[in-house]
Amino acid sequence: MHLALATLLGGGGAPVHDGPIAAGLKNFSNWLTEPTRYSVASILAVVGILYFRKFFAQVWVITAFFALSTAYFVFAFQDPNFNAIITKPDNVPIVILFASVIFFTWLALRRAVINDERTKRGEPTLEGELAKQKVFTWPDLVYTELICLILFTAGMLVWSILITAPIEEPAATARTPNPSKAPWYFLGLQELLVYFDPWLAGVVLPSFIVVGLCAIPYLDLNPKGNGYYTFEERPFAIAFFWVGFLLFWVSFVILGTFLRGPNWSFFGPFEYWDLHKLEPMVNVDLSTYFWVELLDKPRPDNAFVREAPGIVALLGYFLVLPPLFGKTVMKKMVEEMGMVRFNVFMHLFLWFVLIPVKMGLRWTVNLKYFIGMPEYFFNV
Amino acid sequence: MTKLFTYIRESQIWKSIFRHGYPDTPRNRTLAVLSNVFLHLHPVKVRRSGIRLSYTWCMGGLTFFLFLILTLTGLLLMFYYRPTADKAYEDIFALREHVPIGVMREMHRWGAHLMVISVWLHMYRVFLTGSYKPPREFNWNVGVILLVLTLLLSFTGYLLPWDQLAVWAITVGTNMARATPFLGHEGPGAALVSFGGIDFIHAGDDVRFGLLAGRFVGEGALLRFYVLHCVGFPLIAATLMAVHFWRVRKDGGISGPL
Repeated sequence: MHLALATLLGGGGAPVHDGPIAAGLKNFSNWLTEPTRYSVASILAVVGILYFRKFFAQVWVITAFFALSTAYFVFAFQDPNFNAIITKPDNVPIVILFASVIFFTWLALRRAVINDERTKRGEPTLEGELAKQKVFTWPDLVYTELICLILFTAGMLVWSILITAPIEEPAATARTPNPSKAPWYFLGLQELLVYFDPWLAGVVLPSFIVVGLCAIPYLDLNPKGNGYYTFEERPFAIAFFWVGFLLFWVSFVILGTFLRGPNWSFFGPFEYWDLHKLEPMVNVDLSTYFWVELLDKPRPDNAFVREAPGIVALLGYFLVLPPLFGKTVMKKMVEEMGMVRFNVFMHLFLWFVLIPVKMGLRWTVNLKYFIGMPEYFFNV
Repeated sequence: MTKLFTYIRESQIWKSIFRHGYPDTPRNRTLAVLSNVFLHLHPVKVRRSGIRLSYTWCMGGLTFFLFLILTLTGLLLMFYYRPTADKAYEDIFALREHVPIGVMREMHRWGAHLMVISVWLHMYRVFLTGSYKPPREFNWNVGVILLVLTLLLSFTGYLLPWDQLAVWAITVGTNMARATPFLGHEGPGAALVSFGGIDFIHAGDDVRFGLLAGRFVGEGALLRFYVLHCVGFPLIAATLMAVHFWRVRKDGGISGPL
């Protein structure tokens, strides 16, 4: 907190003199967006919104949300640090992403809540009622498309005239900018680099995302909810996708764009991007915990012996858990899905769960690697 | 005036193009769609629920429209751009310096950002309405590949301005490929791919080298990305889009309750 205040008074363009409320709000924003709190807060938000969905589906809630966000933006624009990062031309789409994802999530939730209530009363869904009627493509659909197209083109033209596409200094392979960021849509993966090595965050996990997306229609055997919005008929699928898409993808893109500065250090939205901000690196491997802390011995020289605890833990995680769950709590699922589907699902799911598990262990016990074999570039 | 319109509409030229009357009767409205190869991507009649904006969000349509905008603006930009290390930056810079109220590069850049967002939102909507469920499983997969292609199109285009942002973003992105298991020289298992003490996978021949045509982001990478961006990926994407739209029709039309 004091850091943020100091930088506000010291660095970052024109000096700012905030009143106590403004300073308090800025400090709170900086405090809340710190990655640990940011991630925990987003998880709580998703769970809370799904649980209290009837409340959040109301029109006034989203109106109030956007009104408050706008007010916050107007307030925050006065701050040079916030202004500098939000108004970068290439960051405008991220603001659009933020607003549109929240709006459409609300819209889908609202229709799901309405549909679920109608189904309970034995009435057809919103879509079901209209689906009985068929209309001519010409003119009904063609006109909608034409109007969308014209409005959209007009919007694009205005945007393109108002904001010039930026161009930075010519390419120089000898001068590395700090921070060096991947294109914005990959920043979720770059964020995972904090917790995983490149072979996982950059190669294996993205491949699993694509494979997992492709597998969805063959793993989700629930016939309900085809062609209309609902939550109660497929709660697991919706909640799972929300966590995957909203938390681990969109919110990490926003985090990576606005809150990660030089050296990929965290900076609050009102914090000055100080090149010399240092974050202590005190992460410890599982093998150190096991041999040094637990058994009070030096770590063995042989990499495989040294990393045995992590190897056993991960093999157990991936090879023991699926049959264990399949024989007990998920017995019904195995019967419905069959062995092949169940195993594919479990392995994709366990990889997915490994991400928050590793993040949690990093935040709580500073775990660096389960298995750390830099000799073979094999770090998990 | 009315007379003139009637004359035009009854001329042989007009009739040879539009082989139906004014589309205000069911028969002519049907023919308007059926006899036009582009409109024929649509069925003649659609479910009323499926064309409500509050249901579809119009994101798939916008994505396709953005693809058209990007193709058009991209084509125009190609006239003024040379994909070589000493000309690329100069050409992009000249577009800004010498063209008053130039919007082509802006439309291309903002449109590319938006297309990524609209693809995500389209996928989000399709998931939330369960529209990947039978009989649309295959088309969901085509969609996933199109999503990957959209990201690849954007990624390859990111390098072309040849400024610091471009080169270093691609450097960060392609550095991941070094760590590909077995195929990257810093990947797990790469050391196993050797024979008689000779490593087959090193910085000069691994998968990253293949992507960049070199050990770092240089002229080879620029040309490679340019060709993929302007020819390779758009061709694949356009082909798959045709499949995607066709299968929307064949797999039960615009999604809606069965």
